[in-house]
Amino acid sequence: MATKLPHTDVAIIGLGWTGAIVASELTAAGLDVVAIERGPWRDTARDFSIASVPDELRYVHRQELMLRTAQNTVTVRNDPSETALPMRNWGSFHPGNGTGGAGNHWAGITFRFQPQEFRLKSYLQERYGPTAIPDELTLQDWGTDWNEMEPFYTAFDRIVGTSGKAGNLRGQIQEGGNPFEGPRSEEYPTKPLRQPYGPVLFAKAAAEMGYRPFPVPSSLISEPYTNPLGVTMGPCTFCGFCTNYGCANYSKASPIVNILPALVRRQNFTARTNSEVLKVLTDSTRKKATGVLFADTSGEEWEQPADLVVVGAFTFENVRLMLLSGIGKPYDPSTGEGTTGRNYCYQTANGVQLFFDDKNFNPFIGGGAVGMGIDEFNNDNFDHSGLGFFGGGSIRVTPIGAAPISYRPVPPGTPAWGKEWKKATVKNYLSAMSIGCEASSYATRNNYLSLDPTYTDRFGRPLLRITFDFPENDLKMAQYCTSKVADIARHMGPRQMVENPMKGHWNTVPYQSSHVVGGFIMGENPANSCVNKYLQSWDVPNLFVVGASAFPQNPGYNPTGTAAALAFKAADAIKNIYLKDPGPMVRT
Amino acid sequence: MTRALWKFRLGMTAAAVGGLSSLAMAQSLGDAEFNVVDRGRYLSILSDCAACHTAPGGRPFAGGLSIETPFGNLVTPNITPDRETGIGKYTKDDFQRVMSEGIGRGGYHLYAAMPYPAYTKMTAEDNAALFAYLQTLQPVKNQVEVNQLPFPYNQRWSLFGWNALNFTAGVFKPNADKSKQWNRGAYLVQGPGHCGTCHTPKNALGGDKDSEALQGFVIQGWNAPNITTDQHKGIGSWSADDIVAYLKTGANRFDLASGPMAEVVTKSTSKISDSDLAAIATYLKDSGETSTAASAAIAQSEPVMKAGAALYADRCSGCHTPAGEGIPKLFPRLADAPLVNADDATSLIHVVLAGSRAGSTDAVSTSPAMPAFDWNMSDEQVASVLTYVRNSWGNAAPAVKPADVASLRDHLKKQ
Repeated sequence: MATKLPHTDVAIIGLGWTGAIVASELTAAGLDVVAIERGPWRDTARDFSIASVPDELRYVHRQELMLRTAQNTVTVRNDPSETALPMRNWGSFHPGNGTGGAGNHWAGITFRFQPQEFRLKSYLQERYGPTAIPDELTLQDWGTDWNEMEPFYTAFDRIVGTSGKAGNLRGQIQEGGNPFEGPRSEEYPTKPLRQPYGPVLFAKAAAEMGYRPFPVPSSLISEPYTNPLGVTMGPCTFCGFCTNYGCANYSKASPIVNILPALVRRQNFTARTNSEVLKVLTDSTRKKATGVLFADTSGEEWEQPADLVVVGAFTFENVRLMLLSGIGKPYDPSTGEGTTGRNYCYQTANGVQLFFDDKNFNPFIGGGAVGMGIDEFNNDNFDHSGLGFFGGGSIRVTPIGAAPISYRPVPPGTPAWGKEWKKATVKNYLSAMSIGCEASSYATRNNYLSLDPTYTDRFGRPLLRITFDFPENDLKMAQYCTSKVADIARHMGPRQMVENPMKGHWNTVPYQSSHVVGGFIMGENPANSCVNKYLQSWDVPNLFVVGASAFPQNPGYNPTGTAAALAFKAADAIKNIYLKDPGPMVRT
Repeated sequence: MTRALWKFRLGMTAAAVGGLSSLAMAQSLGDAEFNVVDRGRYLSILSDCAACHTAPGGRPFAGGLSIETPFGNLVTPNITPDRETGIGKYTKDDFQRVMSEGIGRGGYHLYAAMPYPAYTKMTAEDNAALFAYLQTLQPVKNQVEVNQLPFPYNQRWSLFGWNALNFTAGVFKPNADKSKQWNRGAYLVQGPGHCGTCHTPKNALGGDKDSEALQGFVIQGWNAPNITTDQHKGIGSWSADDIVAYLKTGANRFDLASGPMAEVVTKSTSKISDSDLAAIATYLKDSGETSTAASAAIAQSEPVMKAGAALYADRCSGCHTPAGEGIPKLFPRLADAPLVNADDATSLIHVVLAGSRAGSTDAVSTSPAMPAFDWNMSDEQVASVLTYVRNSWGNAAPAVKPADVASLRDHLKKQ
């Protein structure tokens, strides 16, 4: 029997980027907020000391910032005919845990999605004809548009101090920025980072081939910055311990650096850490959320009554909590009916590795979001007529910093150990680099999320089951885009190059990307989406489900900037529309 | 004048049940009016009473914090109005005597860990207001054994002699040649703010060396730096606005408050009114010329400096920047920094060994930290890198000896 806690205005599940943003915005508006986080409290000063944080064994191999699979994991299969098995070690992706969530261990790349993405299905039909989209794909519009999104991208930029160069300022294309981006209302808050040699060489080659390279937008920032909440960041030192690590220099934006220090000072904010939400509670009509049920580390259950519930966990847990709480109808791939769990997408990771004889890249100098990119082959920035696929990828060189244990850039054919391996390591360590292509992942009928019929967590609740394989569309796109990367690589004149387009079936190893999206998607109508453009549940109007779980498909960009912009969008709607007239904000 | 502010209320409370003898002192029994209580509340912030009179995790003002002195430990008393264990039996006059003479109810002498040598400068009106505020607090039953000093320091009679040598009673006397704002600042610094308790050098008996007021003193393993206008060792390079920013937010373009000062900022100075902060700055900017000639910096070619430069590049430069400029509000500036140039390097050794965390205020909430290096830097390495920092980028100060590091390392282990 759960113990009932005092009522609060808003209960928020998860204190990563989306939970922290919504908590910050709503407490500033005077609402009482209780945020419930399944993991521990994390704090830069205490947990990410510069004297101890650069520890690859601890953070990459032992994955200290990630959710423990004994606490919660997922089961996986490639298609609906298979029986899913649980992941007992993280591989393909890294769900975070604790305050800051995945916002602690992210790389810091902070793209905005392009205007056409928000109405992708309509856009592609307009450009290529009403039947051009392959039957395999279930692409959708988002129910929102660029003009509605832009102010919230800007709000996030101001919080994190993003470093970069505008490519499109209020409709004017800017030299040195990304000409394919949507019109920005203002320049980046901080100037672009300085570039190491690899990105410089890549940008030179790309420019010589007629492409327009730009600095990758980065929330590892280039200069001191104090954000509107009054917290201060320091400039990135290119130490190369970003992805999978917390930043000790206050240089990589994260909820614990950029929001929580100010948030915890507010009297109307409460955080409950090490507290795992079991379900969202609804009343007998199932049209109204009454609060959340959570368990502490002793297994004691607590009910937190609230007027509003905001779900801001990782994609997987957002969708699982909705399935466990009976919100919406579970998606069924055999009929195409139901919306909860629908349009689960991933990211298609490709790359080309280059081995030189006469270059020194000093690969230990780097950062998760330091680099140069081009967008000529991303999304629909190139003509797809006759290509047989849609989508594309962000092509870029981002030297993330050579990991002391893992970074062994040896050419194919090198023995995996022994004298020859050591010799090849020495020969290539300084003179190898790679060009990545982080490419789109488009929704299909058979890629979806559901509750596993067999495996449960320690509370007896079903685990989330992932059914996913790479669509034919995406594999063709991977081949095409990787060949374009290879053209640039060839122009750079390496001794040897190795193309790695995504091929075959999705596998849980190796690590590919934590960009898992969809499953509780936003859209124009409740027949094919779960939340409206304000991230408000169609079925339960006082429930908001915020994050990358709302993406109907994934373009060739990293998702954090958009997940965060959606959090600002949801908070803005709650403050300015919902509170004045509680109820559905989009009528159908 | 003050008395008019006090109300006689005969009909009330357990406190009044004590009989005629209590009623004879009835001026202490009535509740004061709001304006007086609120002035007292503000004075308790100015004086930072709760900082010492609260045990870690304990109820505010209920005492129990252990104060380390060169003579042994004292534990702060309970100053809530509990009649048995607090100051519930005190009258306003009893309290006035505590503040102005260092003499407790019943006539015993207080140890000067209670900064009555500063509080003696406070006006009777302020003391009455402070007392009125303390009397409104919820009484907390918390018995504290204050005197935990070893013989002979535990003999309170010895304090007669101490007071004769070190203590001059008397309320603050305004300087008619100075502005009203200057005098307000002087009152705050010398009286309730009791800045000199940490920042003024002490004689062998622990008494203030008044001729060296605010020139810095090592206390509890920290160097409370020189806060005079000395250009090299003091805060002469800080403008009045810099001083105000530091006290109000815990950070300015030079430095962040850390160590014991972080607590002073978060609990006291960040809550002081802007006009009082401006008064403090005016006084500190005009509290007499004390500039000392800077000694010559140790040559960069010395082996200790070369070793220090390498250690600095490896361990320190990422945050404090290669030229020691730091990042405002995040990583303190080391170049031309008063604390760095102080003759005594205790604070520097302390933060390198044990780390330190800046205070958090509404205006500057980041609260960044210096990590501890005691586990991976030797005494020699700490001494070298600090010697380098103290003699680079315009700094000049005596070398740090490995033995000093070893000694503070021992001290910190015992804490």
